Amino acid sequence: MQLENPAIVAFILRRIALSLVTLVLLSLMVFFGGQVLPGNVGRAILGPFADEASVQALNQSLGLDRPYIVQYWDWISNFVQGDMGMSYAFRSPVAPFVLDALANSCKLALVAFLIVVPLGILGGIVAALNVNRPIDRIISLGGLSVTVLPEFVTGIVLILIFSIWLDWLPVTATWPEGAGLGTQLYHLILPSLPLFLVLFGYIARMARAGMVEALDSDYTRTAVLKGLSWPTVIRRHVLRNALLPTITVIATQTGYLIGGLVVVETLFRYQGIGSLIYTAARGKDFPMLEAGILTIGVVFALATLAADLAYTLLNPRIRLGAET
Amino acid sequence: MTDALAVERLSVAYRVGGRDRAVLRDVSFRVGRGEAYGLVGESGCGKSTVALTAVRYLPRAGRITAGRVTMDGEDVTALDSDQLRHLRAHTVSMVYQDPGKALNPTLRIGKQVAEIFTLAGASQAQAQERAAEMLRRVRISDPKRVMERYAHQLSGGMQQRVAIAMALAKNPALLILDEPTTGLDATVEAEVLDLIVQLRREFGTSILFISHNLAVVARMCDRVGVLYAGMLVEEGPTAELFNAPRHPYTVALLRCLPRAGEHKDHNRLDTIPGTLPAPGARITGCPFADRCALADDRCRRELPPLIDLGGRFARCHYHERAAFLPRQTPAEVRLPAARSDAAPVLEINRLNKTFHSGDHALRAVADVSLAIGAGETLGLVGESGSGKTTFARLVLGLLPPDQGGVVALDANPLPPLLEERAEDQVKALQIVFQNPDSALNRAHSVRRIIGRALSRLGGLSGDALKTRLIELIQSVRLSERHLAVKPRQLSGGLKQRVAIARAFAGAPRLVVCDEPTSALDVSVQAAILNLLADLQAERQVSYIFISHDLGVVRYLSDKIAVLYLGRIMELGSSERVFDGPHHPYTEALLSAVPRLEGKQPSRIRLEGEIPSASNPPSGCVFHTRCPRKLGAICEEKEPPFVEEEAGHSLRCHIPLAELAKLQGKAL
Repeated sequence: MQLENPAIVAFILRRIALSLVTLVLLSLMVFFGGQVLPGNVGRAILGPFADEASVQALNQSLGLDRPYIVQYWDWISNFVQGDMGMSYAFRSPVAPFVLDALANSCKLALVAFLIVVPLGILGGIVAALNVNRPIDRIISLGGLSVTVLPEFVTGIVLILIFSIWLDWLPVTATWPEGAGLGTQLYHLILPSLPLFLVLFGYIARMARAGMVEALDSDYTRTAVLKGLSWPTVIRRHVLRNALLPTITVIATQTGYLIGGLVVVETLFRYQGIGSLIYTAARGKDFPMLEAGILTIGVVFALATLAADLAYTLLNPRIRLGAET
Repeated sequence: MTDALAVERLSVAYRVGGRDRAVLRDVSFRVGRGEAYGLVGESGCGKSTVALTAVRYLPRAGRITAGRVTMDGEDVTALDSDQLRHLRAHTVSMVYQDPGKALNPTLRIGKQVAEIFTLAGASQAQAQERAAEMLRRVRISDPKRVMERYAHQLSGGMQQRVAIAMALAKNPALLILDEPTTGLDATVEAEVLDLIVQLRREFGTSILFISHNLAVVARMCDRVGVLYAGMLVEEGPTAELFNAPRHPYTVALLRCLPRAGEHKDHNRLDTIPGTLPAPGARITGCPFADRCALADDRCRRELPPLIDLGGRFARCHYHERAAFLPRQTPAEVRLPAARSDAAPVLEINRLNKTFHSGDHALRAVADVSLAIGAGETLGLVGESGSGKTTFARLVLGLLPPDQGGVVALDANPLPPLLEERAEDQVKALQIVFQNPDSALNRAHSVRRIIGRALSRLGGLSGDALKTRLIELIQSVRLSERHLAVKPRQLSGGLKQRVAIARAFAGAPRLVVCDEPTSALDVSVQAAILNLLADLQAERQVSYIFISHDLGVVRYLSDKIAVLYLGRIMELGSSERVFDGPHHPYTEALLSAVPRLEGKQPSRIRLEGEIPSASNPPSGCVFHTRCPRKLGAICEEKEPPFVEEEAGHSLRCHIPLAELAKLQGKAL
């Protein structure tokens, strides 16, 4: 990819800097929310019946009696180096839990992604090519209606239909220890479906809007009047222009797919990062909670950055700038 | 030999709200082999629908209700999709307005041109070769480089050349040009038109040329048809039709255009009252009857046929009287403008504006000094990018000028920014934009828009406001019934009147008119120009008038400033600047404008494109394109801006006497 526009390099650098600022702000919020606001951590861990001396001893051993700024700096510099602290609940390093959960989340996200992106785009294209015909209405309206249904509703309905009633798919997403790729995939289909329903309408709508605009454009008319065949016109002239904005939208949704699945993961008993922070929150395992949230923040920041970069790099108007 | 295009009794309708609305009504004409046929008319008359029907690219709601279109002997209306594709690939091409949009933004130019040749069966390598060759034929000197580019990296003129190259690549029997130069600068337009003339000679292509610009059509076409409300109302050889029109509509249309010698001090333009019948309107008699001063009962009852007048046709019962069509607006000026030579209203001294972006500095306005008297119009002309609009924004305080520049109102220097200006100062300087749609709040009624301006700018309320509101509405020739409506319910011309009323609410001293009529049809434009002239005479208001249409600028202006790369190249009275001797740049600008009457002066071609203001040429900024460049001095030394005779200043190394000799003018 050639970059002839120096302003773009500056833009990318600025964009990366902005992501870093976002992450710093998030880490501050997480830190103060997780370690400062709960008040006495030692008391919180040991419970109301522990004696004051042991609470203080615990706080001291956790380093909680030092100034906040020192604690923060300690925590964040360790986090950056991969040391996410010790879990209160498991008395062992947090990092392996978070990374495992992240890997699981990525698997689920990938499966959902592979289902929803092609189908969403295809749906949008089909709708746009049949604007205002019944098929368009079905796709647009159908997509919109399922998008507004929350995952816990669609999730339960899907479990009822596919696991209990038809008995085609397992209820839980967790596969047996040492299962092969096929079995893993098999377990991931059902949890992906609610995500599919949430995102399909969204992606299809974007793709449809982009297609309608591109089909209506002067350059498409130029292409048609050249005498090119309809499939060639679509493939060569319409699709790329039509789907550029959709690609950005999809990239932004990756953050949600990886980090925003608390409900789905809990519902399907899946050991992803969503259910990890849920469990940590319930168990007052603050280091785990903080690490989980910050990891999700990193994922979101990276996804948004990727979306911006994709749009910049795919669009020659931005990539190359105007001729001066 | 068969005609390149034959349109026979064609009717087209758009289906809107479950009803067919006629857009074309029984239109017949033919374009012979090698002929250039022009189709003119105002917006909404159906010009583009003719073109889209011919290539069968009507929108989904559009339908041919009767008649047929034959191209190169083939009935276009009867083709199946394969035959249609074949027709588009071999027989017909189309070029339209806004070349920037006509090219695919994400494909390299080379690929877009080459695919026409691969479609015709050439290999990739051959196609590339022939694409380069084709670009060379449209006078692109470095085709390889252009082929590597994307559309947005080319100038408007270059984009249109590429579009023309693509259109001619298949060597079509018919080339349809639909407003191909609308929106381009006059100099670029002239270049593109020259190119079309030359290519027509080389390729022998038949042309259907569609335009709202009568002068452009007059220059390009052998025969012309005039469309009105979807009907052909007159047709004939170009010179005859424009010199002696036989349909009242053509007569009226031509009278709306300001001609050389016409000026707001001497006469008003004629106008056409009323509006075009809406698409689908029931027309029983002559479609123009309601707006025609010659019309009688017969015209309203009975649709006139296209009457054969020996090689030309007119759809009018009284075609022999068409030339005597009474004027709708009297030519005489009721109230002559009284200009005083007293202290100027606005004085501008050494105004500069530099835009910084990264380490680039772009000098958009450079060292501009001038003065505008009460009741005087300063016309600003120059190609796009010459700094006209930036200058206007500096005057209005919408942009801060660089340190040191002074804008003084009645000899009092104004604070640079609008927010810092006193209420009186804000009131004194107002603006009318090109696009009234974006300038008027769509959610508000006309009453509210103007009432608000009156209370904010005029400090009025209660009965005083009401009285003033009615006066103001009447002064822009709107009636009270317009007060209740919202802008979107008004036509473009009426909207622009609302915008003008809003600008005049606070009794301004000076109004900036930034292309106020560019988006309007000529008949509407004439009415707006008359209105601006009348308001000026009544109120002694001054104008800064920006337009790319030099005829319009000439009609309304007392003084002209010619801008190039932010610098004033020439400043003088309207007659002096237009009649010459003038600056070589002014000379080139004027010669680029196609004319309806008189002889077209030999065109002075400007070489190359307007340079970037962020990297202006050394010496005289115009030297890179100047046809009268002297030599090294022009490249090395910026000429001073010198008052060569009373009230006429130029920025040129060539003395005025010498320019007069070169241009064959008396000094």
